Amino acid sequence: MSNGVLVDISKCIGCRSCQTACRTWNDLPVKTSQNTNQWDVPVELDADTWTRVSCYLAGEGNERRWRFVKRQCMHCNEPACESACFTHSFLKTEEGPVIYKPTELNKDYCVGCRYCMIACPFNVPKFQYEKTFPYVQKCRFCYDRLLENERPACITACPTGALKYGDRQTLLAEARQRINSNSNYVKHIYGEKEYGGTSWMYISDVPFEQLGFKTSVSEKSIPSYTWQALKWTPYIFAGWGAMLTAMRFFTKPKEEGHNEAEMYAPVDPKE
Amino acid sequence: MYGRNWSFRITWFRILLIISVLIAAAASLYRFIYGLGAVTNLNDQWPWGLWIGFDLLCGIALAGGGFSTALVVHVLHRDKYLPIARAALLTSLLGYIISLASLLLDIGRWFNFWRPFFYWGFHSVLFEVFWCISIYTTIQVLEFGDIFFEKVKCPSLKKILGYMITPLLILGIVLPTLHQSSLGSLFIVAVDKLYPLWWSMLLPFFFVWSAFFLGPAMVTIEGTIASRAYGRDPELPVFQSMTRITTWMMIIYFIIKMIDLNYRGVFGMAFNGSHESNMFLIEMIVFVLLPIFMYAIPSIRNKLWGVVTASVLVVVGVVFNRMNVVFTGMARSVGGSYFPSAWEFLITLGMWSFLALAYLFIVENFAILPKEGHAHSNSTATYGTHFPA
Ligand code: SF4
Ligand code: SF4
Repeated sequence: MSNGVLVDISKCIGCRSCQTACRTWNDLPVKTSQNTNQWDVPVELDADTWTRVSCYLAGEGNERRWRFVKRQCMHCNEPACESACFTHSFLKTEEGPVIYKPTELNKDYCVGCRYCMIACPFNVPKFQYEKTFPYVQKCRFCYDRLLENERPACITACPTGALKYGDRQTLLAEARQRINSNSNYVKHIYGEKEYGGTSWMYISDVPFEQLGFKTSVSEKSIPSYTWQALKWTPYIFAGWGAMLTAMRFFTKPKEEGHNEAEMYAPVDPKE
Repeated sequence: MYGRNWSFRITWFRILLIISVLIAAAASLYRFIYGLGAVTNLNDQWPWGLWIGFDLLCGIALAGGGFSTALVVHVLHRDKYLPIARAALLTSLLGYIISLASLLLDIGRWFNFWRPFFYWGFHSVLFEVFWCISIYTTIQVLEFGDIFFEKVKCPSLKKILGYMITPLLILGIVLPTLHQSSLGSLFIVAVDKLYPLWWSMLLPFFFVWSAFFLGPAMVTIEGTIASRAYGRDPELPVFQSMTRITTWMMIIYFIIKMIDLNYRGVFGMAFNGSHESNMFLIEMIVFVLLPIFMYAIPSIRNKLWGVVTASVLVVVGVVFNRMNVVFTGMARSVGGSYFPSAWEFLITLGMWSFLALAYLFIVENFAILPKEGHAHSNSTATYGTHFPA
């Protein structure tokens, strides 16, 4: 059973309890230097901020309203980060979460190349630049709690029911039912198909473009693109190698033309 | 054989290079102890900066001279190109060593660099890049061993290398073909992130193709500098006949680029006036079309300045292309800003200074450049204009 979360943006009041709950449960430090007058602080996810709520003034004219969007790793069904990592330090678990340093065995295999950060279409993984031996950091869907049959920390903190945790398929059905029964909703479930689908999904009463979502993106998963190129590797290796060998013998001159050693000499810089 | 021992002439220029290497070495040490944040301006929006974008991607593209020359000389047996074969191998080897060094510098957990050898993330493009680069560097070291043991006498080892030379040569072309293209595939993952003028499923093809046609241009430049520095005659006829390869390959490159843009329906984006479109137009017109014309016109091609200028355009153009893929094309989607720190520049400078020093040392001590059959007639007249190598 693959789990997911349905985020109903129309229900979020922007209290940021989820943000605080995440910090607390995962022991993530706060940088006091980030205390500014800005509403959304910190402005971006970072190595110590695995989820954050951003605010938008959305809609037109009299219909303008504040909307709040919780962001975190989307926990893609076919994650780009997992496919990009050459030490396989990311893993999509059966339960739904995409976790970093998945097993006891490979918990220290990450080399810190940051290709996962290039690969993630949602720019989620962040890096501990200030550390000597940094790790990549991102939301892990409270995998530790899930294994204990607990809901993720952010979900338990939400006072309005904007976040709903459950089986992904059940949630999808519920989302469909919600957006179809109420004309206020945008008729789109963000995360149903985006990049092959994600475990975290959003429904909203304002267009997603106005809320900082990347819309009209590919429905094919990112690993499937990469694989289209990578799958040729063995054939190129064998085919090109055979061709070169054949050409080398085919064009070989009858007698050895040059004695290579006689041809070259060290340069005398004093010339 | 040459009755000469090791030698390395010290000039002011070389002392500058050595100082630059020492500064870079100190800065690298600092980086290894205090981490990336202490030395670089890399950030969460820009995880890859100067070292990956320039030193690694460009270093390896510039080393493309090694495999294209190997293909022409050792597989197709075009012996007229033999005079440049060893120099091409040497630059290529040094280029790869730089790339590996910048990779080691850039990875956060550098002591883990060997992990991918044992833990197989084979669905990753980077996995292929990493394996190919490391094996190919080893192969180049072995190929170079053949030259090394001409001077450092060790007949048994030289004999073993002699048996291995054919498989080494073949692998030494197949592996770079694979990873030059997979350097392009690295960015396939950036669907919707890399600007559509550059993102394409054909990225692997564009990368390997351009690395290949860059080879002769690189050899031309390097050969000219070396001949200037040592007061020798440049191999002008060799350079000229190589331009045919480059010209045709660049024409094909250009045509396929255009077909690809049309096929993906983004051709119009090249003229939409955005920063990206301008950079793209510069890349295509100045660095692809212009050198094609310069190579095609005999009165330009047959002069040393013509061939060298066009070759510089080709080389700078490939660097420009890589920079566009890594920086220009990504800027819009990732936001934030990045400009390399002084330390990043100094370390880069140090690495390239090391390359220059290593080149000079090896060329002066091993048989790399062709013997000069003829004395340099007007050497005294031109001596003043030589680079102070
Ligand atoms: S959102 Fe990014 S980090 Fe999260 S699973 Fe998807 S690719 Fe990985
Ligand atoms: S806790 Fe719930 S209501 Fe509060 S910000 Fe998070 S999602 Fe919104």
